[in-house]
Amino acid sequence: MSNAAVTTHEQQPDATGSKIGMWLFLFTELLLFGGMFLLYAVYRAKNAGDFHYASLNLDLVTGAINTVILLTSSLTMVLSIGMLERRDRKRSLYFLFATIVLGLVFLVNKYFEWSHKIHHGIYPGSIELTGRTSGENLFYALYFLMTGLHGLHVIAGLIVLGFMAKMVATPARQSVPVSALTPDARVGATTVLVEYAEHDTLDQRKLIRLENAGLYWHLVDVIWIFLFPLYYLIS
Amino acid sequence: MNYLEHQGRYKGIAGWIFSTDHKRIGILYLISIMTFFSVGVLIGVVMRLKMLWPGEHLYSAQAYNAFFTVHGVIQIFLFIIPGIPAVFGNFLLPLQIGAKDVAFPRLNLLSWWFYVAGALLALTALFSGNGPPDTGWSFYVPYSLRTNTNVTLAVFAAFILGFSSILTGLNFITTIHRMRCPGMGWFRMPLFTWSLYATAWIQILATPILGITLLLIMAERILNLGLFDPARGGDPLLYQHLFWIYSHPAVYIMILPAMGVISEVIPTFTRKNIYGYKAIAFSSLAIAFVGYLVWAHHMFTSGMSDFARALFSLLTFLVAIPSAVKTFNWIATMYKGSIKIEPPMLFAMTFIFLFAIGGLTGLLNGALATDINVHETYYVVGHFHYTMFGGTGVGLFAALLYWFPKMTGRMYNKRLIVTSWVLFFVGFNLLYFTMMVMGWLGMPRRYYSYLPQYHIYHVVATVGSWLLAGGIFLFLGTFLLALKKGAKADANPWGAATLEWKTPSPPPHENFDEIPTVTHGPYHYEGGHPA
Amino acid sequence: MNAIPAKHQPIPLSSYVLIWLGLLMLTALTVTTASLHLGGWSVFAAIAIATVKGTLVLLYFMHLKYEDRVFKVMLFLALLTLTVIMVLTFCDVLFR
Repeated sequence: MSNAAVTTHEQQPDATGSKIGMWLFLFTELLLFGGMFLLYAVYRAKNAGDFHYASLNLDLVTGAINTVILLTSSLTMVLSIGMLERRDRKRSLYFLFATIVLGLVFLVNKYFEWSHKIHHGIYPGSIELTGRTSGENLFYALYFLMTGLHGLHVIAGLIVLGFMAKMVATPARQSVPVSALTPDARVGATTVLVEYAEHDTLDQRKLIRLENAGLYWHLVDVIWIFLFPLYYLIS
Repeated sequence: MNYLEHQGRYKGIAGWIFSTDHKRIGILYLISIMTFFSVGVLIGVVMRLKMLWPGEHLYSAQAYNAFFTVHGVIQIFLFIIPGIPAVFGNFLLPLQIGAKDVAFPRLNLLSWWFYVAGALLALTALFSGNGPPDTGWSFYVPYSLRTNTNVTLAVFAAFILGFSSILTGLNFITTIHRMRCPGMGWFRMPLFTWSLYATAWIQILATPILGITLLLIMAERILNLGLFDPARGGDPLLYQHLFWIYSHPAVYIMILPAMGVISEVIPTFTRKNIYGYKAIAFSSLAIAFVGYLVWAHHMFTSGMSDFARALFSLLTFLVAIPSAVKTFNWIATMYKGSIKIEPPMLFAMTFIFLFAIGGLTGLLNGALATDINVHETYYVVGHFHYTMFGGTGVGLFAALLYWFPKMTGRMYNKRLIVTSWVLFFVGFNLLYFTMMVMGWLGMPRRYYSYLPQYHIYHVVATVGSWLLAGGIFLFLGTFLLALKKGAKADANPWGAATLEWKTPSPPPHENFDEIPTVTHGPYHYEGGHPA
Repeated sequence: MNAIPAKHQPIPLSSYVLIWLGLLMLTALTVTTASLHLGGWSVFAAIAIATVKGTLVLLYFMHLKYEDRVFKVMLFLALLTLTVIMVLTFCDVLFR
């Protein structure tokens, strides 16, 4: 009888379905950046020397540090999910904050990199650039375009993670097992049991959402994994 | 209580525009899409009007350029691409697989909101600033970067519309994988569902390339990056590659669902199981895949390498094969069937006829040697109207004729439909066949004027456009009339066998009183009756 | 409808840390390889290492290793599409 109350109320969330949805979205991001990687590949093939020369102007150390930052943020992300799986909301939140902080540091680094370039007159359509070879022009155009779009995705990811932090921080509804109620209160027993079941369901929903948010964050990391050598390490 | 009467959280109009019910969303799309289709038809009529005489008259050449651009943008991005999936996919998919809704109902509503936002942005691009773009719907560089018409805004509108398409595809793939009712294995799904599945994959994997292409136009116009500027090492041809890498698969987004509709209609009106179910299902997947390999056949005269041109020409011939498989199987289904020519069947057969002409004339475009002569002529315009309009457009009309009774619980006046068909069919062929003839004789496309030798063809074509438009508006008007005065339709007026016909017309809010269990294929007839 | 997919035991957190260490080492490797003057081969080395890194993130951090086969097939389709697009475009660009 108590089981009947549980099954008729909340439907179990479809974790696999949500995950499929998220992966499909990730494919669209893959193809979006893929188009830009295509442009990059063609222009680099045609202007190999200029690309190498222009690449020397990018700060390898900052790029490497940013790579390490994002890789670490992927670790903290996956640890946050692991903690939530183990019902440790506090540690999950701690690792989530760590991920967000790392993401912010990445953006700050980016800001300094870009400012430095712009300060030296290197930005799309600048006069300084018109004096340089066409290969270098293409390099910088693609550099700003791709790191810019990647940066926008980092910002979007941080906003999503912010919402996730709020979600993880919010405790699930308290539940009371039926046996703890007085005989009179047991008249409403069905409702209480449903809440209890919902408590379980709610944790699953949070876990699914956090995992999907994590998938997005990892993709942002993977894109940078390819951007780093292609822009900073052209030899 | 059916879905039209159901009272949810919101009342009145809000109950519709904030509804997450896939059926209401389908109807919202129907109204929006048919409205824009009508606008696109009117623009076409206005274009043809000017072409009655050569020389600059009626309106300026600049206006003509804007007209053909906007006609293309509206019909392609606001009508044909969303068309069948957004209207009929949304309405029918859960019903056909025995589900209560799609996998992500709120994302579904968001899809429609993105459509509306994109449409409003496109309208703004028409009437604000320096006026509508005059680049053609393909926005080729360098002109699209230099013209001071509202290219950035129009392109941004298309970018937003892309999200609508992507979200629909995402929803459908997940729904088909996860929400089929008990007993419905992959090979018991209706073929319309299969076609939506194949289409959804193209929506997911191709649309983002359009996204980046449009972003690049905006970035170039705003930031002057120089990525397509030859003076700065850029290659304008790369723009064309990126544009067509989406836009060719896009034509398969257009045609696959229409073919899916035909695969539904033919078994119903021949009272037989479809011939070669698996072949048709797999051919949808094959078309989706091979469709990615052929895009540069739009660029044969643009300056590509000879190697690429020969390669793409060869690949283009391959993509015709799965389409031919479908056509053969439809005809084979009709053979020795108990054929009843109701309006949906009439339009289904019209689809086969017109699409076959479109497909066959495509061979001249696909063959490199002949394409050199017909590229950028009216021959191409005729070809793609036969495939896109005679194909997808007619397929959408067939879908409307087939599923209108299910969606509204009313039947339309069949005589009026047949009358509209006559006007449509005669007008269509007068207009577009003539285009192919004059294109073959050298009449270039996107030209607002022409040499005297083409005059007679333009007159014939324009008269055809009047008949065609008349037929279309009579067709659409018949449905509006049916909404007010149509006879009541029952659950299965056509005697069809798929799951959507086992629920009342119009369906209840939750689709089925009980989720059905399926024990056989979708087109199962015994003694001429659906099992 | 299943709730959480197959893994009954959560993956030990230490394995994530191991993967992370591997990623850091590969980053160091790719930086050193860049200074080796491999000429035309350097881009392949860079992409190869990046692919290994990306694969580690995909398989372990993104759990692809433990997911149903459908996820792997779908990812394969997406990557195949991207590859085909790039190869065919280069069929034009390289032969002009």
